[in-house]
Order: sequence, then C-alpha cells, then structure tokens
Amino acid sequence: MSNTTAPEKKEKKRSAIWSELLVPVLAVVSGLILGAIVIVVSGENPFRAYGALFTGSFGSPVRLIDGLQIYSATGETRQLLRAFYPLTESLVTATPYIFAGLSVALGFRCGLFNIGAEGQFFIGALSAAFVGYSIQGLPMIIHLPLAILGGALGGALWGMIPGYLKARFGAHEVVNTIMMNWIAFRLSDWLLDGPMKGPGFRPVTPTIFETAELPRFFPDPLRFNLGFFLALLAAYLVYWFLFKTTLGFEIRSVGANPDAAKYAGMNIVRNFVLVMVLAGGLAGLAGSAQVLGVDYWVGQGFSAGYGFDAIAIALLGKSHPLGVVLAALLFGFLRSGATNMQSMASIPIDIISIIQGMVIVFIAAPEIIRWFYRIRAVKKDETVLTRGWGS
Amino acid sequence: MNNSSIDISSAIERRRRISFGVTLLVVGLVIYLLFGSNTKPGSLTTFGLNLLGSQAIEVSDLVIPALPAVHLMAAIAVFTGAYQLARGVRSTGWLIGILAFTFVFAFLMWAAQDKSFNLTGMLQSSLVRATPIALAALCGVISERAAVINIGIEGIMLMSALVAVVTATVSGSLYVGLVSAIIMGGLVAAFHAFLVIRFKVDQIISGVAINIFGAGATSFISSRFMAHATDKLNNSGTFPIIAIPGLSKIPVLGPVLFENNLIVYLTILLVIVMHIMLFYTPWGLRTRAVGEHPKAADTLGVNVYFMRFVNVTLGGMIAGLGGAYFTIGSVGRFDEIMTAGKGFIGLAAMVFGNWNPIGAYTSSLIFGFADSLQVKLQILRVPIPSEFLLMAPYIVTMIILTGVVGRAIPPAADGQPYEK
Repeated sequence: MSNTTAPEKKEKKRSAIWSELLVPVLAVVSGLILGAIVIVVSGENPFRAYGALFTGSFGSPVRLIDGLQIYSATGETRQLLRAFYPLTESLVTATPYIFAGLSVALGFRCGLFNIGAEGQFFIGALSAAFVGYSIQGLPMIIHLPLAILGGALGGALWGMIPGYLKARFGAHEVVNTIMMNWIAFRLSDWLLDGPMKGPGFRPVTPTIFETAELPRFFPDPLRFNLGFFLALLAAYLVYWFLFKTTLGFEIRSVGANPDAAKYAGMNIVRNFVLVMVLAGGLAGLAGSAQVLGVDYWVGQGFSAGYGFDAIAIALLGKSHPLGVVLAALLFGFLRSGATNMQSMASIPIDIISIIQGMVIVFIAAPEIIRWFYRIRAVKKDETVLTRGWGS
Repeated sequence: MNNSSIDISSAIERRRRISFGVTLLVVGLVIYLLFGSNTKPGSLTTFGLNLLGSQAIEVSDLVIPALPAVHLMAAIAVFTGAYQLARGVRSTGWLIGILAFTFVFAFLMWAAQDKSFNLTGMLQSSLVRATPIALAALCGVISERAAVINIGIEGIMLMSALVAVVTATVSGSLYVGLVSAIIMGGLVAAFHAFLVIRFKVDQIISGVAINIFGAGATSFISSRFMAHATDKLNNSGTFPIIAIPGLSKIPVLGPVLFENNLIVYLTILLVIVMHIMLFYTPWGLRTRAVGEHPKAADTLGVNVYFMRFVNVTLGGMIAGLGGAYFTIGSVGRFDEIMTAGKGFIGLAAMVFGNWNPIGAYTSSLIFGFADSLQVKLQILRVPIPSEFLLMAPYIVTMIILTGVVGRAIPPAADGQPYEK
C-alpha cells in the first residue's frame, strides 16, 4: 500500500467511487425498465407514459424556450414561471424526502431500522401546524423557528418511544415503529376530527398564520420555498455529526459492531435512544417543511407514503447524506412526474411504489444486478443494515 | 461463580414478583375508583348468550348486578396482588390471566350497565377476527423456526387477498380463489427465500421490499383495472358458514366454535397439524435444528438451505390463506391496504406465543378479542373516542414485545444467513 504513488491512489479512488455509483444507477434503470414492462402489460405506451413523467418532473423544453422568448421580448414573467413550475414542484416534493431519507439513513448507521418515519412525519406535521395556528401575534423571526422546532419535537417523541423500548427491553424497532405509525394514524384521525379541527366540515386543522410560513421565493403558483435549503443544511449537519464528531463515530461503531463498541466502553443503550430521537426529529422536520412550506394545514392521509419512500431513499443513497440528497431528488422528480403521468397517461401513481420495491431488492441484492449486467464483484466490506429479533 | 448467578436470577425474580404484585394492586384500585364510582348502584348488566340465527339451543341471558360485580373484581385483583407480594405465585400466566380478566370484566360491567351486551357474539367475532392474525403468526412460526425472518407477511397477504378475489370472481368458484391465493403466497415467499438464501440479502430489507411492492402492486391493479369493473373482477362472494351437525347445538360454544366458515376451521386444523409436525416428526426436528444450530444440523447431513427454502415457502402459503380470508373469507371484495397492519400484529402474536403454533394461536385470540371488543364498545356508545379503542391492538403489541409479560426466546440462529 505504501509504495503506491499519488496519481495511482487518485485513480483507485475514482474507480471506487464509480463502482459505488454503478449499482444504484443500474438498480434505478432496471426498476424503470421493469416499470415499463408493467405499463405495457396494463395496455399503455411506456414511451408516452415516461414522456409524461419527464415533462411532469422537469417541464417541457418547448414551453421553457417560449417562456424565455416572451420574457426577453416583453419582460412578461408569467409564461416563464409556468414553464418552471414542474421543475420547482419536483424540488418541493424532494424537500420532505431529504429530511425523511436522512432520518432512515441515520438509523441504518446505528444498525436500527426506522420504518416509523411515516408516523413521525405525521406527528411532526401536526405539531408544527399546532404551533403555527394556535399562537398569534408573534413576529416571524420567533414564530417560524418555533413552529419548525415544534415539528421536530413531535417527531422526536414519536421516535424516542421505540428507541427506548429497543434499548431497555430489546423490543424490535421494526415492529414497534410500524405500530407507532398506526397509532399515529388513529391519533390524527381523532385530533383532526376533535381538538384540532378547524372551522368547516372537513376534518382538517385550521390554516397556520402567515408568520409561521416558510418564505417562498417566487410568485404564487410556484411553491418553492426555504424548506429545500433547510433540508440541504440538515444533510450537511448530519454528515458533520456522523463523520466529524465523537458521538457520530460512536453511533457508527455501534452500527458496525455492537459487541466491539460495548467492549470499547460505548454506551449502546444511550446511542439507540439518541439515534431514534434524532431520526424521529428529522422525520418530524420533514413534516414541518411540508406543512409550513407547502400546505399550511394538515388533513387526513397527509403522510401518503413518505416513510416508505424514505426507506428506499436511504438504501439507494447508501445511508450517506450526500447519497440521500441525490436519491431524494430522484424520488422527488419521480413522484412529481408520476402525478402528471397519472393524469396524462392514466397510469396510477402506485407504479412508483412498484418501481421502488424493485429498486430496494436490487440495492439489497447487488449480486442480481452484477449477474444480470455481467459486472465483476468488487471485494469490500458490506455494511450491516439490520439485525434479527435479538439485540 | 455459580452462587452469584443464582443470586442475580433470584433478584430478577424478586423484582418481577414485586412489580407484578404492585401492578395488580394498582389495577384493583383503578377498577374500584374508575369503574366503581362511575357505575350506578342498582344497575344491571345483561350478557346475551344467544346469537341471532344460530342453531344453538336457547338459554336464558346472564343478568348481573353491575356495581357488586365491579367491586368483586377490584377485590380479586387487590387480593391477588397482596398475595403475590406476600408469598409470590410461580405462574406468570395465571397472574396475567387474572389481571386481564378482572380489568376487562369490570370494564364491560361499567360499559354495559343498564344495557344488554351479547357475549356470545363477541366471542364469535373474536375468533373470526383472530383468524388472519393467527395465519400471519403461523407463517412467522414456521419460517422463523428455520431461522428466516419474514417481515413481508403484510405484503404477501395483500397480494394473495387480491389474487383470491380476482380469480374467484373470474372463475366463479371460491375454491379456485383459495388455491390461487395459497399459490401466490407460496410464490412470493419462495422469492423471499431465494433472495435471503441464495443472495444473502438482509432478511428485514427483503421483507420491507415485499411490503412496499405488495402495497404498490395491489393498489396499482385495484385502481387501474378493478375500480371500473367491480362486477367482473372484484365481487366474489364469501365462503358460507358451515354449521357442524350436533356440536353447533351446544349453547355459547356452538355458535362460537362450530358455526364458522372454511378458513376459520382450516386455521384451527393448521395449528394442530403444525404443532404435531414441528414437535413429533423428523421434519420438525430438522426444522428446529436448522433454526437453532445450522452448523450442527449440516454436519449431521441436513440440507440447511433446502429446509429453509421449504419452510419459508410453506409459511408463505399459510400467509396466502390469511390473505384469502380478507377477501373471499369475509367481505367478498378487495380494498386498498385492507390488511391494516394485521401481518405485523401476527408477528407480535408469534413472539408472544413463544414461536409455538398453539401459543401463537392463543395470543392471536387475545388480539382478536381486543379487536372485537373495540367494535362492540362503539355500539355501546362508550364515552371513549373510537380512535383510541382502535389503537388498542397496536399498543398491546408494543407492550407484548417489551417482554415484561414473560420474556420470549427466539430460535438461536433466527435472522442469520448460513454460510458453509
């Protein structure tokens, strides 16, 4: 090792990054191909469907050019903004995904499987909405951070319970976080039709006050807001926490080998609780971002599948914050485009879940991808993601 | 060395004895204060014992004065708690039984005072509601006895539920639906087994992928194809109730146990068969060996991979039967995400049942009881929001998984891939 020269090292590093990226990329491509087969079987043209997916997520190039021409000729921005709408909408969709993906990724790093991002997201959104609509008369500079923090706290509480049960009793976090999801759904049913019900007939919360809204950057149809940059900031902070602090090192050690970590004097119980609190907090922030930046109120079915998407995102991003951001962007574009695909090509949006399931299988079993595309295996240490029922 | 370990275990036992005793005392107090003070003196609670339309011989209803009964329950709980603190009872099963019985009975007395409450009906619906949970639990038992965790039961049941209703509607025969559902379950589980045995994929992740895929695929098919063709694809009818001649005449027991549909009977039969297979046949011995110590089993010539593959696939077929229950066994049509976490509750029942078929079935009955109690209480207009009652099974699952009510020990090699 010592006699390799600098450029050789660089070359080696580059090829390592390449092979690291190869499997996720091929997994997504394979998932999309299988999705196309499903579309063909259901009697639609996959090119038309994926075309609608593309224009739904990035916007149509023709309209973009038109908008630019109108803008340069007359200074009129309406057309241009409408052309940008799909692109910004994809980023808006990606925002909660980044937070929720980070939540699951953080759990994986400590050997915990947080399937409860869904419930934590919902409870976080409800808490953020509560702070948003119940306190009046505060200036934005206090009210907005308070509402964001409220969401984080709600999610953290929801994550802490399974974390504590795991640390104290060894109760498996997979089943417990799922149970917490169902409890969150029932609780929200009650809250939205009872204590938190807003004016009107529908079971939704009141609209939050303007002082709790995340500022938007463009005029009205565009919902792109500060939340996206907060998500990127969160990704950087998680990176810093995991790789640059002692606590992060401890968490990664516990995840890699709990016995060794215990032997080295690390407190496993504390780390489990801490990670679940942080993971819950991140998922709660996803809820904050969604309610304070996009919807301004919470209704039933608010957390439509974010938690499960987050699992795919964390796996696809290999539990690395940068990977999570990239994977979240991909899923943001997919989900946002799928809405367009549903209306244009009448392909139900659930196709994304089908693609997701396959991507997860391919990521978890890279041998399938390697076998199918005839790639030679790279010898490296596999990271342990989850454990059995035991501790 | 030996002495100190005995000290530790007796210390744990003493702590456990005290905590059980205190819990019982607290429950007794809660019963007395909460239900006792809210029950009107002189009110009567009627427990109906006859089910409308059943073949059982009619008996008179059970009428109990509510307040004395609540006080009696409180007294029993307090007495047992005090006895437990003073002397200690060996069997935790009895303690949990008394705890649950006094609380639930007092609760019912309070909830149904001056009203009539059909006990037979509730027990019957408990058994029916326990069926999918029990099938999920049995799937878990058979897979995990061979050391493969299958967390994708929920997804398997969803896919089987859809396949059952579609094939049954198209073919016009419920039995075709049943068989297709079982085959579907077996196929998905075989895929899971293939991934975790051949490719050594993380078992939990493979299971989660199955859940996500199952939820997505069934919702996709249901909204794309079935929403507009309900009569052609999604209207199968359900298995009829089969009353067993003679036995169904017995009051209370008859309607509860002997007037059910095919899937409920099959479940009970499966519990018995699996118990015998697991503990009294060579196949069962090999399965358990593969789950406890695969290396030892391998040296004795047992094909570890083959045993695991077969067990997981069989488990999937059982889960497929559970999926069929949701559609052709109960409502006759498919709704999106209709399993509502039953697969996971089944896993909790498996843990609580200590990876035994009979234990798993018994704990499924507890979940079924909680589920049907919740429905009945809504009818009685109990002043508790129905959403909280709906949470009960999930909370019970979490409490059970903590192991405070008796620690469960999984098969030693559970969840670990086997490398030669």
